[in-house]
Amino acid sequence: MSAAQRRDLRDGLLFTSPFIFGVLALWVGPMLYSVYLILHKWNMLAPPKFIGLGHFERMLNDPLVGKSLVNTAYYTFVGVPLQLLIAFALAVMLNQQIRGLSVYRTIYYLPSITPAVAFAVVWVQILNPEFGVLNEVLHWFGLGPINWLFEPGWAKPALIIMSLWLTGFQMIIFLAGLQGVPKELEEAAEIDGANAWRRFINVTIPIISPIIFFNMIIGIIGSFQVFTTVFIMTDGGPQNATLFMVLYLYRNAFELFRMGYAASLAWILFLIIMIFTGIQFFFANRWVYYEGRL
Amino acid sequence: MIALGLTFLMPLAWVVSTSLKLPGQVFITPIEWIPTAPKWDNYFEVFRRLPFHLFIRNSFFVSIMGTIGMVLSSLTVAYGLSRLRWPGRDFVFTVLLATMMLPAVVTMIPVFIIFKEINWVGTFYPLWVPAWFGAAFYIFLMRQYMLTLPLELDEAAKIDGASNFRILWQVIAPLCGPAVATITIFAFLQHYNAFMEPLIYISKSEMYTLPLGLLWFKGRFGNFWHLVMAASMITILPVIVIFFFAQRQFVQGAQFTGLAGR
Repeated sequence: MSAAQRRDLRDGLLFTSPFIFGVLALWVGPMLYSVYLILHKWNMLAPPKFIGLGHFERMLNDPLVGKSLVNTAYYTFVGVPLQLLIAFALAVMLNQQIRGLSVYRTIYYLPSITPAVAFAVVWVQILNPEFGVLNEVLHWFGLGPINWLFEPGWAKPALIIMSLWLTGFQMIIFLAGLQGVPKELEEAAEIDGANAWRRFINVTIPIISPIIFFNMIIGIIGSFQVFTTVFIMTDGGPQNATLFMVLYLYRNAFELFRMGYAASLAWILFLIIMIFTGIQFFFANRWVYYEGRL
Repeated sequence: MIALGLTFLMPLAWVVSTSLKLPGQVFITPIEWIPTAPKWDNYFEVFRRLPFHLFIRNSFFVSIMGTIGMVLSSLTVAYGLSRLRWPGRDFVFTVLLATMMLPAVVTMIPVFIIFKEINWVGTFYPLWVPAWFGAAFYIFLMRQYMLTLPLELDEAAKIDGASNFRILWQVIAPLCGPAVATITIFAFLQHYNAFMEPLIYISKSEMYTLPLGLLWFKGRFGNFWHLVMAASMITILPVIVIFFFAQRQFVQGAQFTGLAGR
């Protein structure tokens, strides 16, 4: 290695060192450490006790693990497609030439960047069976009243409805994507006689498919880890209908001080998320179009 | 379009109108959206009941410290990943992309125990120090932006004998204004809105950030909806102000990642 190359290597490592240190201290180290935790029983007071794979045996006999897994899967696989649909529809609307565009953009985007506690408090009120606005609107159509957050069957749909109101981030990503669709392509398709719908399906969708893919990946990863809104709004109730994985993990770790058990739950959730992310990447080349690769 | 807009606006409208009502007016149906005699005193009442001025101070302290760290670390690391050529660079970049997709839940408990071991639990450090090591998304965003700047800038400075350190801070960083602005806003809001970290690490009430303070307020005065809503409004207001002044950066952020507008 020449002196210049050595200097390059030194500077490269130097400039990226904050990140390298961060990955080692906040990712690699903790992940290795949590392997140790998984194998031990520890309440942070008495010394850790080795129990091998005991935590996983216990999980099989813990009905709340299965329950929280099913709840989380429901919330993710019903919620994320709806979120993407709404976010995409909003983005398509905002991509038109309409009056007051920036006002609408603000209205749709703002909820997703406000502190969760603030809007969760409001939504508890909106979903209130007696005085809530949602039931009042349903009443106009002769429906309801629904006991939203107080009935096990409706609590998850209620949280999903609320999550649709928080899709501003995905919407902005879609919007940026739509604005990047080359005008020439649309025009070329128009000259070829494609109507607006066909242009949308055959030009717009393929061009922005990487963005749909990105939003889907990020959406599913985030949805599997939902915590704040349920912690504040339902705390897992009614009858554990909204007990999601991270909430159960939080309880085990910070209310019951079962550090080993909680770390094991975290690993299970981690593996599930990685598997679903992997599956999506596996199928991605069937429908995601990347420019310059035909 | 207008109907949908109103639907999305409704929760916020409800907060604003309820926060200005008398207790007896809150649950009158049909809802009175514009209170006839707005009761501004509700806002002062919030401060009289709980020390919201402390929560505001704590929130801003954590958010500002975290944001400074995020901006500096993004600039530094992105410079190393985009403008320097060295063996191992592609590997570090691959790791960066991977951490963007790793679910953070797996490190939550071990990181807590590590912070406990170094006596950081109960301090503000766990809330803002990690930002100084950079976050994958922001570094990525900054790298994408730096790639658009011509390499001749660095070469010219190098001929003049400038070190990489000086090139970054005197040549490149001043040109990264738009990316810095975007990261500043995203990072600030991320720290400002954070809920789980303060929940886990902060226990003394005078150290609460706004989300924790608001939750505490709701727990103690949950029946006084007009006050809870005024407290919510105090929490939301900085976000609205930021958004108002920085609308452009939010859209730009999505474009910088290269996901769009290729």
